[in-house]
Amino acid sequence: MSSSLNNQHSFVKCFHCGQDVPKGVQFFANIKDTAQPMCCPGCKAVAETIVSSGLEHYYKYRQGDSMFTPDLSGTELPSTIQDELKLYDNASIQQNFVVTLENDIKEATLVIEGITCAACVWLLEHHLVKQTGIEQASINLTNHRARIRWHDSEITLSSIMAAIYHIGYQGHPYHPDKEEQLLELEKKRAFRRLGLAGLGMMQIMMMSIALYAGALQGIEDKFETFIRWTSLLIATPVLLYSARPFFTAALRDIKARHLSMDVPVSIAIGGAYLASAWATYTQSGEVYFDSVTMFTFFLLIGRYLEMQARHRTGRAGNALLNLIPASAIKLTDGQEILIPASDLSIDDVVLVKPGHTIPADGIIVAGYSSVDESALTGEYLPINKKVNDHVVGGTINVENPLQLKITEVGAGTKLSAIVRLLDRAQEEKPAVAKIADQVASYFVAAVLCTAVIVSLIWWNIDPQNAFWITLSVLVVTCPCALSLATPTALTAATGTLRQHGLLITRGHVLESLATATHIVFDKTGTLTEGNLSLKSTHLCSSTDAQTVLEIAAALEAHSEHPIAKAFRKYQLQTAESLNAELGQGLEGSVEGIVYRIGKPEFASALCQQQLTYQDAPDQNGQWLLLCNAETPLAWFCLNDQIRKGTQQTLAILRRLGLNIQMLTGDNSAAVQEVADELNIDQVIANTSPKDKLAYIQKLQKQGAKVVMIGDGINDIPVLAGAQTSIAMGSATDLAKTNADAVLIGSDIERLTDAILLSRKTRFIIRQNLSWALLYNLIALPLAAMGFIAPYMAAIGMSVSSLIVVGNALRLTKLVRRNPVK
Amino acid sequence: MEILFILIPIAIILLGFAIWAFFWSVNTGQYDDLDSPAHSILFDDDDDLIPDDAKQGKAPPPRD
Repeated sequence: MSSSLNNQHSFVKCFHCGQDVPKGVQFFANIKDTAQPMCCPGCKAVAETIVSSGLEHYYKYRQGDSMFTPDLSGTELPSTIQDELKLYDNASIQQNFVVTLENDIKEATLVIEGITCAACVWLLEHHLVKQTGIEQASINLTNHRARIRWHDSEITLSSIMAAIYHIGYQGHPYHPDKEEQLLELEKKRAFRRLGLAGLGMMQIMMMSIALYAGALQGIEDKFETFIRWTSLLIATPVLLYSARPFFTAALRDIKARHLSMDVPVSIAIGGAYLASAWATYTQSGEVYFDSVTMFTFFLLIGRYLEMQARHRTGRAGNALLNLIPASAIKLTDGQEILIPASDLSIDDVVLVKPGHTIPADGIIVAGYSSVDESALTGEYLPINKKVNDHVVGGTINVENPLQLKITEVGAGTKLSAIVRLLDRAQEEKPAVAKIADQVASYFVAAVLCTAVIVSLIWWNIDPQNAFWITLSVLVVTCPCALSLATPTALTAATGTLRQHGLLITRGHVLESLATATHIVFDKTGTLTEGNLSLKSTHLCSSTDAQTVLEIAAALEAHSEHPIAKAFRKYQLQTAESLNAELGQGLEGSVEGIVYRIGKPEFASALCQQQLTYQDAPDQNGQWLLLCNAETPLAWFCLNDQIRKGTQQTLAILRRLGLNIQMLTGDNSAAVQEVADELNIDQVIANTSPKDKLAYIQKLQKQGAKVVMIGDGINDIPVLAGAQTSIAMGSATDLAKTNADAVLIGSDIERLTDAILLSRKTRFIIRQNLSWALLYNLIALPLAAMGFIAPYMAAIGMSVSSLIVVGNALRLTKLVRRNPVK
Repeated sequence: MEILFILIPIAIILLGFAIWAFFWSVNTGQYDDLDSPAHSILFDDDDDLIPDDAKQGKAPPPRD
């Protein structure tokens, strides 16, 4: 029976989250009178909550699947999550992000995790408003923030959070730090500048057409003067408000004795404006108000788009998860006192419960447990620790309570040592030369010299016109196209990549990706998923897969071990009289029958057999055996799976001429397994964060251009030290903020797109720069000879800018990748 | 063409109004979320708005 079911189910996807429904699992939820398959009780519970609150339209409108599956079985939240949410009812925690509007009404902003499309927003808003006591809930799809207003006497914040959790999302308090508030202000200011420049440009252009026509077929003096004065009136706020960032930046660069693009931009805008104002006042010469405003507008567009790309970092939502201060349970005279982790001192004895983070480096004085050190070492299986073993702050205690004596606090801990390493790595990071900056400084020098020479020559020939001709040289060569060449190309490419799942947060990434020679991957969490999942179930008795999985899940229900998490989604009940044998397995009774799950030697001892790993169906991955008192029931294979499409991606990257290496802190057999499967020959295993950084720096000294891709805390220094660094979307916050780009959705296939597009971007930037220089080379002699009228300058400038922008727009499509045959 | 002396100032006044409106909309956050309003209009809850006696027949809700 089970085999036919297996075949039938191997292709079914969970209706709620889209993941494959594991073999032999049957969960269904009634949605619009149809029983839809579900992969786990969590999804089932969420789907049923959605349907029972009458919001099943969600499934009709959504795009994509839900990202996050909560840890749910039935309608009750697990007690650990309930306890955690209860903390938010605490007044001292609330005071940071909750505002009391009237005596009873409170308002808070939450960041919601798991929002993928507009239907999610619809679902959340409707579900929240249906809760009694919630007055208003509005959610912003762009930044995933929810503003919720509620009556404190009718509903608590923790129940609001629980309601969010019930439909498959997670809420975190949002409390913007200073820096973020400033960013918000800066963004609004930039947008106002852009709008003002745009409106001013349109108005002035309208009046300039009249002046151009007047220049060709004659215009009465009074009209010309009037139009010039009104143009001046409109151009003034554009110059003073919109163009201000160029002037401040140019001033800063001049003070730093460095010629940047802002210098010629400021000279051109400022010079043209002042000369035109003078011409208006004295009723002589030419006016260039149209060029001034158009130039400002075009450049501001480039800058605005660039800034928007920069601001869209993942940190906005994530910086706040640390709002609840890390706490520690200190033991004094047998009493447990909860204190902030920062108040710990050396020789304090603390109690660390299973599932909690170890607050500081220490030595175990009582208890035995296993500790998850994956954040530090990349090793994904917990390591067994007993009395007198050292543990490191920031790692997670997995199984049993531990008593530690603290040996290091604050700056002395291993974790802070890593953060210090990070600072040093950033200082030593090799600079990426930007083509535009190099071109700019030569260009500026050349233009300024030419202008001086032209004015001197004309001073001798025709002193009256010398000023106007020099000015037209400055306006014509005004490096509009040149300064748009790079930002427009980068912005177009950045936007395209963002739509396809790679978020670029530093400006140099596209240029440095294009020149990269080596790609170095971390293993755990980067090439692999970073957690154990159930790969296959092999039955040894007549019991079917569903029952076997339920028994296993019941036994593992209370364990925090990563192995247990692989079974969590099958959990319907919990086992009784549970007994854990450290590093061996678990024993417990489900519905009165005693079972053992764990290492084959341990489990098979229950049914008086002696099975070992040799008896497992094959030798790949980690096998667990489930036995009852009579017979072995099933083998479960758990594995840290390689991410989808990794093999294909690496093959394409190799064909693009990139050298692929793997750098991991892990030294288990899994390293070689992964390397073999992915055909990576250069593998450096068992490295500390410091070794990793040293290795990359050595490569870079030999002239390699390195792209580092990683996710854990142990990767942070090396991410900061590599020329280009990319963090996985599932990486720790610290890794994401220190990387130059983030692979949202951890889709490693996007790397190929990024490399291909970055190469095309470099090509287009060069094309744009050549065009802009060519234009200037042609226009400059004409202007120097005095042939250029203002309308020609305006037309020439806008046409050359439009060509550059149009060329950059070719980057809005991904480069097709040819599959490797 | 003396009318220009009236029309251009009027254009400038209108421009001033447009700038004021634009600044107001930026400052009050009208541009903060450009994605969801475009979709939310499609999620109308028309099921609740049609009175029961006006519904045609007793057909089961449409499946998709």
